[in-house]
Amino acid sequence: MSRPVAFTNARIVDPASGYDGPGAVIVTEGVIADVAKGGGLGSLSADVEVIDAGGALLIPGLIDLRVKTGEPGSEPKETLKSAALAAAAGGVTTIVVQPDTHPVMDEPSVVDFILRRARDIELVNVYPAGAATKGCEGKRMAEIGLMHEAGCLYVTDADRPIVDSKVFRRVLSYAKAFGVPVAHRPADPWLSAGTAASEGEFAARMGLPAAPAIAEKIMLERDLALVELTGAQLIVDQVTTAGALESLRRGRERGLPVTATTSINHLSFNEIDIGDYRTFCKLDPPLRSEDDRQAVIEAVASGLIQVIVSAHAPAPAEDKRLPYDEAAPGAVGLQTLLAALLAFHHDGQIPLMDLIRAVTCAPADLLGLPAGRIAKGAPADLVLCDLNAPVVIDADKLISKSKNSPFDGRRLQGKVLRTVVDGRTVYSA
Amino acid sequence: MSAAPPGLNEVLQRTFSFPKKHFLSATDLNEVEVANLLDLADGFVSLNRQTSKKLDLLKGRTLMNLFFENSTRTQSSFELAGKRLGADVVNMSPRSSSISKGETLIDTAVTLNAMQPDLLVVRHSSSGAASLLSQKVGCSVVNAGDGQHEHPTQALLDALSMRRAFGYIAGLQVAICGDVLHSRVARSNIAMLQMLGANVRLVGPPTLIPAAAERWNVEVFHDMRKGIAGCDVVMMLRLQLERMDGVMAPSQREYFRFYGLDREKLALASPGVRVMHPGPMNRGVEIDSEVADDLSVSLIQDQVEMGVAARMAVLTSLAARLENDR
Repeated sequence: MSRPVAFTNARIVDPASGYDGPGAVIVTEGVIADVAKGGGLGSLSADVEVIDAGGALLIPGLIDLRVKTGEPGSEPKETLKSAALAAAAGGVTTIVVQPDTHPVMDEPSVVDFILRRARDIELVNVYPAGAATKGCEGKRMAEIGLMHEAGCLYVTDADRPIVDSKVFRRVLSYAKAFGVPVAHRPADPWLSAGTAASEGEFAARMGLPAAPAIAEKIMLERDLALVELTGAQLIVDQVTTAGALESLRRGRERGLPVTATTSINHLSFNEIDIGDYRTFCKLDPPLRSEDDRQAVIEAVASGLIQVIVSAHAPAPAEDKRLPYDEAAPGAVGLQTLLAALLAFHHDGQIPLMDLIRAVTCAPADLLGLPAGRIAKGAPADLVLCDLNAPVVIDADKLISKSKNSPFDGRRLQGKVLRTVVDGRTVYSA
Repeated sequence: MSAAPPGLNEVLQRTFSFPKKHFLSATDLNEVEVANLLDLADGFVSLNRQTSKKLDLLKGRTLMNLFFENSTRTQSSFELAGKRLGADVVNMSPRSSSISKGETLIDTAVTLNAMQPDLLVVRHSSSGAASLLSQKVGCSVVNAGDGQHEHPTQALLDALSMRRAFGYIAGLQVAICGDVLHSRVARSNIAMLQMLGANVRLVGPPTLIPAAAERWNVEVFHDMRKGIAGCDVVMMLRLQLERMDGVMAPSQREYFRFYGLDREKLALASPGVRVMHPGPMNRGVEIDSEVADDLSVSLIQDQVEMGVAARMAVLTSLAARLENDR
């Protein structure tokens, strides 16, 4: 039996209850045993370990719905362990790993492998997302029911849109029967094929093959129509353009069961950050115009986009130190997610409560997880954070095996002091 | 060694220091730098017309040509430019080297860099490749064409050809016609010609003009007759044949009908119009042979000649800067 731990003298921000104020939390047996809002916990028995937060922010551990590691199959990029260590250092207590591994996570034994590895590593919570189609090839349905039984939280073909509308319709209606949400990347495959940037003045000047922003809207419109037809629950995997947001807004107004995510990268950068062909800024979907970025920020603030993901995608130097069109897309983001998010609070663009909600109770509610809240009986997944401490991101010092961070050199505010998963401290600064 | 012609000597004796280590993009240059390069190139044109063409401005220097894309014309132009200036020139053809064995561009560059070249001339099919190399090597890098991005020495030789034909560039109406979307020649020319005060128009079907071109301070025409009306220079671009089979244009014959340069369309341009093409030409596809071969209007052969002189000017300027470094 582990000793109870009390976090006292904290500023609790808990979006699930809407509480932002002083308070204390006591943790017993990996579960939040009590929350004292406004004051202290009263007299504590001598066996309680007391951690004085000194006024620091105490929030639910972050839940990141879109994480890639290299395991199984590409371990030199990132292992589950290195990703979990990076997550812990970044205040992320739950990660959902993507199915496009080698082999593809399209059947229950791979789901089981991930869950067993995660138990052995014993750092943060790891859940798999299963493939929607066999091999993520968009042709034949994967074993959605069996994978769900084995513990996958949702199904997706990750970066690859399911082009065949008939296949996607079947995936949606079949997954609905098992109560499994389907995540889908809205990208018109023909407009996007072979491109590396967003169409516009910048890409034209730099001579980069580019897809128009409406490639996102076109696919999203199809997806929304199929959701209307099937009634299935859709997670729109990264909305990054103003045009697609307009479609999303209308879909939500029609009452469609649709949840949208966006990535911290698309909130933080625009296409101009690519500069002189910086491949760390080569992402999929590509970085967009400043108008699109502002629209995405506004959509998070208004609640149209409910979930923010790191879109953690490790790519080693040999995959990035290439000409732009040959370089691998993607950026690591687990360790920098919280500090990057807090920039929008410090800049006054998005309220702190809304930012935290998008990485805690919003994804938890979407996937039916008990975590993501500071409430009696919830798992003790907590983060203590100095809201104002300045940090300079140094990509070389990131824990991930791959160092491809577009935040390299950025000055941010917000330092994780301690990360707690099921009552265990998995990181402390 | 031969004697430099008087005009060249005069230019060489000017105190002109080129402030850049690399020659990567027309947008990196300013008007003064371009004017100096053009003056220098003008002098080299005279040298190149002498019986004895060799100087020792680059004596002891090593120039490496690293062409990942085949180009007989540009590669031999750089080779001649280097040799006439007295440099040792090595042509690397990655097709026969380890590039095809999976070595990356940067590995190759680092390997070549260890052989201590002074000047590395690079052509590559990816936009930004020359810039990437320049960050990884110690020598000067000249961009001889990177993907669909830039081909700055082509813009310099085009400006030289125009300046010699007209005596000036400011105020010229220049129509750049054809596959602007995929053309590095167009991007470099737009930047340099606008800097030198020319008015640039882009002419082509909407499938071959970037959607954002309107923001480049150019006039865009999809009707070639209107686009070249009153123009002093009609610059044709090469259109790859495989893009013309229903891909970017329905067929070769349809393309030629609407966007090929022939006598009839050319008659709409300004009297005294000159026709340019970066080569190699698709005769009967984007340009009629009758126009291409008419030396009273065509500057196409001049462009090839100016190419060697313009590249000599670039190499000389970069090498002088290397001198200052040491």
